[in-house]
Amino acid sequence: MTLDEVLKGLFPGGHDVKTSKDGWITGHGKRRDGGPIAVIGVANGVPLGAAGVLPLAEHVLGVVEKGGDTPILVLVDTEGQLMARREEMIGLNEYLAHLAKCLLLASQHGHRTVGLEYGRASAGAFLATALATDSLVGLPGAEPAVMDLPSMARVTKLPEDKLKELAKTTPVFAPGLDHLAQTGAVAEIWDPAKPLDGQLEAALRNAGQKDVRDQLGAERKGRPAAAKVARQVIAAATGQTHDAAAA
Amino acid sequence: MMEDTATRAQASWFQATARQRIDGLLDPGSFTEFLGPAERVQSPHLALFDLPAAFDDGVVIGRGTLDGKGVLLAAQEGQFMGGTFGEVSGAKIVGLLRAARDAAGGGNGKDDLPRAVLLLLDSGGVRLQEANAGELAVAEVMRAVVEARSNGVAVVALVGGKSGAFGGAGLTAATCSRIVVSEEGRIGVSGPEVIETNKGVEEFDAANKALVWSVVGGKNRRLIGGADAFAADTMSGFREAAIAVLGKVPPFDLKTLKAEQARLAGRHSKLGGCDDAVGMWKVLGIKNPPAVRDMDEDAFTGIADRLKEANHDAR
Repeated sequence: MTLDEVLKGLFPGGHDVKTSKDGWITGHGKRRDGGPIAVIGVANGVPLGAAGVLPLAEHVLGVVEKGGDTPILVLVDTEGQLMARREEMIGLNEYLAHLAKCLLLASQHGHRTVGLEYGRASAGAFLATALATDSLVGLPGAEPAVMDLPSMARVTKLPEDKLKELAKTTPVFAPGLDHLAQTGAVAEIWDPAKPLDGQLEAALRNAGQKDVRDQLGAERKGRPAAAKVARQVIAAATGQTHDAAAA
Repeated sequence: MMEDTATRAQASWFQATARQRIDGLLDPGSFTEFLGPAERVQSPHLALFDLPAAFDDGVVIGRGTLDGKGVLLAAQEGQFMGGTFGEVSGAKIVGLLRAARDAAGGGNGKDDLPRAVLLLLDSGGVRLQEANAGELAVAEVMRAVVEARSNGVAVVALVGGKSGAFGGAGLTAATCSRIVVSEEGRIGVSGPEVIETNKGVEEFDAANKALVWSVVGGKNRRLIGGADAFAADTMSGFREAAIAVLGKVPPFDLKTLKAEQARLAGRHSKLGGCDDAVGMWKVLGIKNPPAVRDMDEDAFTGIADRLKEANHDAR
């Protein structure tokens, strides 16, 4: 689906969402009940660099500053972080983390945040946007990937065919929406044949402040160990407290 | 067993293993590990790739004391799979941060866990053999750092290992309350080799060591405000710097993030047009910028600690 189609489907009641010539999305849409939802995002698959982070983060901070509980939708179609020497030189890691922190702050202030993956996404740009929301959903055809298989083949020194074969039995490394859903990163894959606005309302109802992605990954058998290990650590840390208190 | 204490304090952080760093950083004998190697909490995925697993999956977590005060700690072993975030290694850090968050927030009824977490980062980012699980673990770590900070926990990143802090580790560092870096510590998103492979050697010549250090190295990070303290590459160097930054950390709130927005926007407009690091340092007002490279710690710290951009609570 194109961005225009997505926006039309999400906001039949209207919106003022704009995409800058560089591909940064900002604005507001009208929900089914007439209330506003803030929108940010990256369009056209452009890479996300320092300059792109600033208007998006500013929009999010504006929502938090205004108060209330206006939710925030993050639309994601980006090839990944901007790979350039100058970007690294001025500290791209801080810019990307800043955007993630702004979204997490909004969540703590009671603004539900939903990410919608409708195109590409990868690596650092994925962490700064979609993966910093309360709940991430995807449209079929979206192609999120931490890294593409050819690059992965190069780094792991395994033939691409072998990786493709492995991907059939484990979702833990292979690119794709389905695999990310199995690991718990993507809460739900939307049905493009159904009205998107209704699916958005459902996603907002399901989005919560608590991070349940590891539990989801365990239930869906895509991430068998994470939730259990995190729980074991908490038990060990607090058990340690018991011993110290007893001693 | 009894090593000379002074020698140990002067040992290189860069060269050390995760466990040696913990020994050199914390008060002697104060460390207790959670889920240690004996419990064999290891990656269930590496065998698929015919790769050996490690009994701690390359992350050591636990609690101890630093200068008499309690701390929780996670240390990445950069010499195992590049210190990468895998499903298990990532979940160990997530669990530690959640324990700190819950204790500080009264959520699990425990209020005597330390209010400080040290992250000894030494990581190339996400472990590609477990890419989805690793990426998600970083996202969970970042969220847990923020939640812990909001509950009043200080989270400090220490960066000075061979794998640096790249990809998800670079983003994790910048999510913390404070960052300590050594000259050898490198922080970034895409590593120089990755940029060279994808964009060509004319974009970034990864074999040019001086260029690499000037872009992602600790001195540049400290000068532009991407790190809050500069440590000598020794156990005592990181210990002293960690003690100092724990004294005062910025809260995680709207005011801090608005200040960070202004800081990063200001940096982009001021330094965004520079072509190299020396050019940036000149704009920052450093008198003889080419001399920064060979400056010793005292001279460098003297300059960095007086620089407006380098000293802030906007993180």
